[in-house]
Amino acid sequence: MVNPSQDAPAQAKNKKVLIENLEIKYGDTVALTDVNLDIEANEIYGIIGPANSGKTSFLNCINRMDDMRPNMSTTGRVWFNGIDVTNWRNLYSLRRQIGVVFPLPVGLPLTVYNNVALAPQLSGINKKADLDEIVERCLRRAALWDEVKDRLDSLGSLLSGGQQQRLTIARALSQEPDLLMLDEFSIAVDPVTTMRIEDVLKELKKEMTIILVTNLVQQAQRLADRTAFFLNGRMVEMGKTEDLFAGKVQHQETLDYIEGRFG
Amino acid sequence: MFQETQQNIKHKKTERLFRILFLMMVLLLITPVLMILGTLIVKGGPAISLEFLFTNPTNGMTEGGLFPALLGTIWLVVVALLASVPLGIAAALYLSEYAPDNWLTRAINLAIVNLAGVPSIVHALFGVGAFVIFFDFGTSILAASLTLAVMTLPVVIVATRESLQAVPQAFREACWNMGATRWQTIRRVVLPNAISGILTGIILEVSRTAGETAPIMFTGAAFYLPFLPESVFDQTMALALHLFVVATQVPNVPPSMPYGVALVLISIVLLFNAMSITFRMYLRGQKKW
Repeated sequence: MVNPSQDAPAQAKNKKVLIENLEIKYGDTVALTDVNLDIEANEIYGIIGPANSGKTSFLNCINRMDDMRPNMSTTGRVWFNGIDVTNWRNLYSLRRQIGVVFPLPVGLPLTVYNNVALAPQLSGINKKADLDEIVERCLRRAALWDEVKDRLDSLGSLLSGGQQQRLTIARALSQEPDLLMLDEFSIAVDPVTTMRIEDVLKELKKEMTIILVTNLVQQAQRLADRTAFFLNGRMVEMGKTEDLFAGKVQHQETLDYIEGRFG
Repeated sequence: MFQETQQNIKHKKTERLFRILFLMMVLLLITPVLMILGTLIVKGGPAISLEFLFTNPTNGMTEGGLFPALLGTIWLVVVALLASVPLGIAAALYLSEYAPDNWLTRAINLAIVNLAGVPSIVHALFGVGAFVIFFDFGTSILAASLTLAVMTLPVVIVATRESLQAVPQAFREACWNMGATRWQTIRRVVLPNAISGILTGIILEVSRTAGETAPIMFTGAAFYLPFLPESVFDQTMALALHLFVVATQVPNVPPSMPYGVALVLISIVLLFNAMSITFRMYLRGQKKW
């Protein structure tokens, strides 16, 4: 099904994600340029930076969502599990291995049950018993089961914002992803729910790799093993989170942003 | 307490003025509808009976019922829907969900909107040329229904496209990110949420299909037929044409008869509409975001 790229560099083989010289353009406008980074298996990789610095575009390149956007073009290489993502013949199988959680909770207008069962169904699991098991397991892991177990048949889009966001996490988990990408997941969620989701993420890290794009610097500090700082369409620097927050930075901009002295 | 300023009072006055203005517009719009319905019921009501609905016209169409025309209109509407609804929905799905946004797509969209403005007599002549002569269906229900279908396609396409585009893009994004194909996304999420808008388009289409006279005059509807249609290759009578005939072409028709025919025609359209509105309300109760 998958063509291993002939010229995959040795280091791509033992990294979860490896990015080389990535550049993203919308039409003629460069959204993000000169990104080189690697993400280890089972780490939480934080990406911080103000709005419009290319963070979401970056995530779109990893699961090839750039294909769905006609005016978005990318150059450079992206390896996922040692394989160049442009060489995946079945894009849909690539996307199924990568779970995505969006800034605003998107509860699909389906029942709670079907929101979580959709991805398994799309990949061909149809037995009721199997689906029941997946739905319960994913909702439990997203810390939502106790709140919705009695109303699995009500609409997912009618849950509260915080519940919907956990529902989308459960939905992402139902794909049994290898990589979970969270794009500013806490933007529409109250602080208590945010803390609960953060606890969930710490647990999930044992089983999968997580990319955490966040506009809360402290969230990256709490969760991320390593953190990259994006600013105005380029990656300023990356390093161990503890080093960055201890002030061991190469660029003054990074320190300014982390300490909230920006603009 | 707060004192009302001159500004407040002025705003209130304007508010009331516009409220009354808009209400008047609504009443103005409803008046002709009520007047038409009222006239039809008062003047046509006495003509309506089971015999009127379910027997053939007799005595040079001055007596008897309109059953062949009633049945014919139902044939025409159903066959026209069978042709135009799948085609229209498929076209709208392509335009809204698959087509790249380029000059060609925009030109096609413009063409569809323009097609809606083509006079029905032009469609009629097209129907004669294309379906009656070229495809050799003869003057038949099939030819007439296909002509009606072509005429009403833009309505279905535009209504479907609009309701597809009203489904939030975020739903599609979420599905695509899960590894769903475009078709899986359409079937599981987009279509179920667009269906009520699509039905609105079909309601409009039914009304036009049942009421049009010109497109069927030359393609399949007959002045008078002593027998009922048995297949789509037969000719048929139709209510709209029958109304035209008894109102203007036949001497010595009792005055209540044309009103009766018109009342039946309007009732059929209302019946079709009521069915789809009920269905739509049922669906709307199920889907919300």
